[in-house]
Amino acid sequence: MAIKDYIRQRYFPQMWCPGCGHGIILNSLLRAVDELGLDKNGIVMTSGIGCSARISGYVDFHSLHTLHGRALAFATGVKLSKPELRLIVPMGDGDALAIGGNHFIHAARRNIDITAIVMNNRIYGMTGGQYSPLSGPGKKATTAPYTTIDNQFDVVDLSIAAGASFVARSTAYHVLECIDILKKAIQHKGFSVVEILSQCPTHYGRKNKEGDAAQMLEVQKNTTAKLGSKALENDPTLIPRGIFVDIDAPEYCEEYDKIVQRAMKASQSGKPEEPLVNPLIQQSCVTQ
Amino acid sequence: MARLKLKEHLINRDWCKGCGICVHFCPKKVLEIDSQEKVVAVRPEDCICCKLCELRCPDLAIEVVTEQPDQDDAGKDSITTNEDATKTSEASTTVSKESINTAGR
Amino acid sequence: MTDNINSNSVNDNNGIKPNNINNGIKANNIKFIQGNEACVEGALYAGVDFFAGYPITPSTEIAELLSKKLPEKGGKFIQMEDEIASMCAIIGASLTGHKVMTATSGPGFSLKQEALGYACMAEIPCVIVNVQRGGPSTGNPTHVSQGDINQARWGTHGDHAIIALTASNHQDVFEVTVDAFNLAETYRTPVILLFDEVVGHMREKLIIPEKGELPIVDRLRTSVRKGVDYHPYLPREDGRLPMSDFGAEHRYNVTGLFHDMWGFPSNNPQVVRELLHHLVDKIENNVHTITRYKEHYLEGADYILISYGSSARSAIHMAKNRRERGEKVGVLELQSIWPFPEVMVREKCANAKAVIVVEMNMGQVMREVKACVDNPSKVFLANRIDNKLINPTNIKTLLRIIQGRGV
Ligand SMILES: Cc1ncc(C[n+]2csc(CCOP(=O)(O)OP(=O)(O)O)c2C)c(N)n1
Ligand code: SF4
Ligand code: SF4
Ligand code: SF4
Ligand SMILES: [Mg+2]
Repeated sequence: MAIKDYIRQRYFPQMWCPGCGHGIILNSLLRAVDELGLDKNGIVMTSGIGCSARISGYVDFHSLHTLHGRALAFATGVKLSKPELRLIVPMGDGDALAIGGNHFIHAARRNIDITAIVMNNRIYGMTGGQYSPLSGPGKKATTAPYTTIDNQFDVVDLSIAAGASFVARSTAYHVLECIDILKKAIQHKGFSVVEILSQCPTHYGRKNKEGDAAQMLEVQKNTTAKLGSKALENDPTLIPRGIFVDIDAPEYCEEYDKIVQRAMKASQSGKPEEPLVNPLIQQSCVTQ
Repeated sequence: MARLKLKEHLINRDWCKGCGICVHFCPKKVLEIDSQEKVVAVRPEDCICCKLCELRCPDLAIEVVTEQPDQDDAGKDSITTNEDATKTSEASTTVSKESINTAGR
Repeated sequence: MTDNINSNSVNDNNGIKPNNINNGIKANNIKFIQGNEACVEGALYAGVDFFAGYPITPSTEIAELLSKKLPEKGGKFIQMEDEIASMCAIIGASLTGHKVMTATSGPGFSLKQEALGYACMAEIPCVIVNVQRGGPSTGNPTHVSQGDINQARWGTHGDHAIIALTASNHQDVFEVTVDAFNLAETYRTPVILLFDEVVGHMREKLIIPEKGELPIVDRLRTSVRKGVDYHPYLPREDGRLPMSDFGAEHRYNVTGLFHDMWGFPSNNPQVVRELLHHLVDKIENNVHTITRYKEHYLEGADYILISYGSSARSAIHMAKNRRERGEKVGVLELQSIWPFPEVMVREKCANAKAVIVVEMNMGQVMREVKACVDNPSKVFLANRIDNKLINPTNIKTLLRIIQGRGV
């Protein structure tokens, strides 16, 4: 199929600003899905709120555009209730790691089979250029007129620590690498995180004098390096790209299926149930 | 991989926002932004069909339509499209190595 | 559908329908359990197959029991990282075609509000149990209150309509829970079950009806065939919107933004206006079908006690006592609080000398009653707000003052 077969063409041209990196990520994602030959009916895209989150309206999958930060929580409900569906959850940096940070680490901890994509433009695009938990110190934003003092998260380190079983980073610039990583992430069984550096020329670029979209892509090219590359070895200040973790680990829905098997067996064998609520201790303890 | 032959640049002028990304990163300077802030292929004959313009367009507005090369040409030149280093074979007459090295690290 | 048990007789047996008792009930259908467990039994009877929650007193037993019972029937239970996530997860699971529920209490109910509004906007059937405790804030986790009545109505932002049901005894908790699922599926809306700590933790008898005894409403699914355009948000003439499960052949967009018939975001003024009207009208125009209440000793009552939940138990007890002494006191027990049954309340109270709203808050339902009766000055409040169950004596004290008989 052509990638146009994976979009809802009547909503194009899309709403993003000229040169917005989110469009490139959409482009890469469509190609990944196309190259994998996935059935559109088998995919649910869940997103939160932000410029990035609008991606779900443009794809011809089942799409669930939710609340700021909550996409993974909605996706968890979709996935656990119908595990045969493939969940792709693109999120903004604020969406995923500020307001949605808790859902992010817990989805990773469960290793539930969801592909999380962090479309990291290091800014709150939709609300007009406030700093995000991924801006890092020394950046300008509408809420940081004197520059930011907040440290940023390292999405890769955070995801690994939280238990994601596939963790990768790429950029909007490195399209071929990005398509390849997205394909692997989508195919991975378990919670996969792909951080993709994106550009917001309208706010981040303007505030931080990074120039137009093309120049911001040049920055992505020049400040990152492939894992294991000479370039990275020579200059550790570069941001590493590539696949950091790709392991087999028990997946949440599969583990829950085992619980279902056990529960069904126990209830059929008619074993006496353990008392669930002990009436004696229940009322007397102090609870919050 | 056999070298692809260009048929046309399919540009959707309703979708193109003239962001200039494709223009900036085209290794052969095939593309330009016109007075209406839309992209046009001004030197299609130079196009090496690397398709990076198509892959990097945020608006899905440009498509590099190619056709299979003639039997004669098949296998002669090869292009490995790679954003870290866009390489063509030594044999390529139209493309010099440096000119298409859009290399990042 | 109005459950209008006109129990004027002193033999009111707390809502257990007499025919239920006589029809040769199997012993294992009779339980002596907590209200929270009755709620779980009702949910299972209605067909719940997905629950997401976060522990909080006094609702936790609902989660605990469902963590055991759901997998036994192939359903799913998940303990999420918080109440926000729980609310979001059940919405997601509803979209794949499941009957879903979450349960919480005060602080957790506050956290759910944004996603509750999402369910209103995107028209996702779901059931939210709030076993009320003392508030605001952490308040009093282990004690009773009915302070979340208005939060259930207006807790989420923006104009919207909501359905909230309640019950005062376990048989009713069961039935109202079944009803909540039925209404959620019928109107494609979140339905709130406003129980309280006393009802939730109290133990009494529950007779589980046989299969088929209570009606079960399943979701209306689209008959639009594959390849034909399905408009997820184009209401039929009767206002209902047939659904299509995520994963089935129709792919569409669901959003919390104002949206067109395709579910695609729109800020076209006409689309916005029409959608808001649709969201409100589908419920407000059906108040009469959604209204649920019970009458206890109400015939010819001069003094009407309007109550609900555990406070209604005290009100009923008091009315029974007064009737035995020949005083014309009756109880109008509300089982649906939102949409507020204005017409019904006005009609029932038309001839009353005084109306006393018995509740455990500072007059949240009383304000609604005042707003709808012909003579608001005859409406009084008998309440307790000290985390203690209001008792018949509390109500009697006020009644005597109103009657001019002193304290
Ligand atoms: C609960 C809530 N808080 C705040 C907002 C306002 N808001 C909308 S998008 C957004 C941030 C968007 O930034 P990001 O997630 O990085 O996405 P981007 O627009 O940069 O793609 C905020 C704060 C909201 N919609 N909901
Ligand atoms: S504001 Fe920034 S992130 Fe949003 S569409 Fe424009 S460029 Fe993209
Ligand atoms: S990248 Fe796309 S939108 Fe930008 S100028 Fe080129 S064709 Fe137009
Ligand atoms: S295919 Fe490559 S060479 Fe041809 S126009 Fe596009 S970027 Fe330039
Ligand atoms: Mg952002």
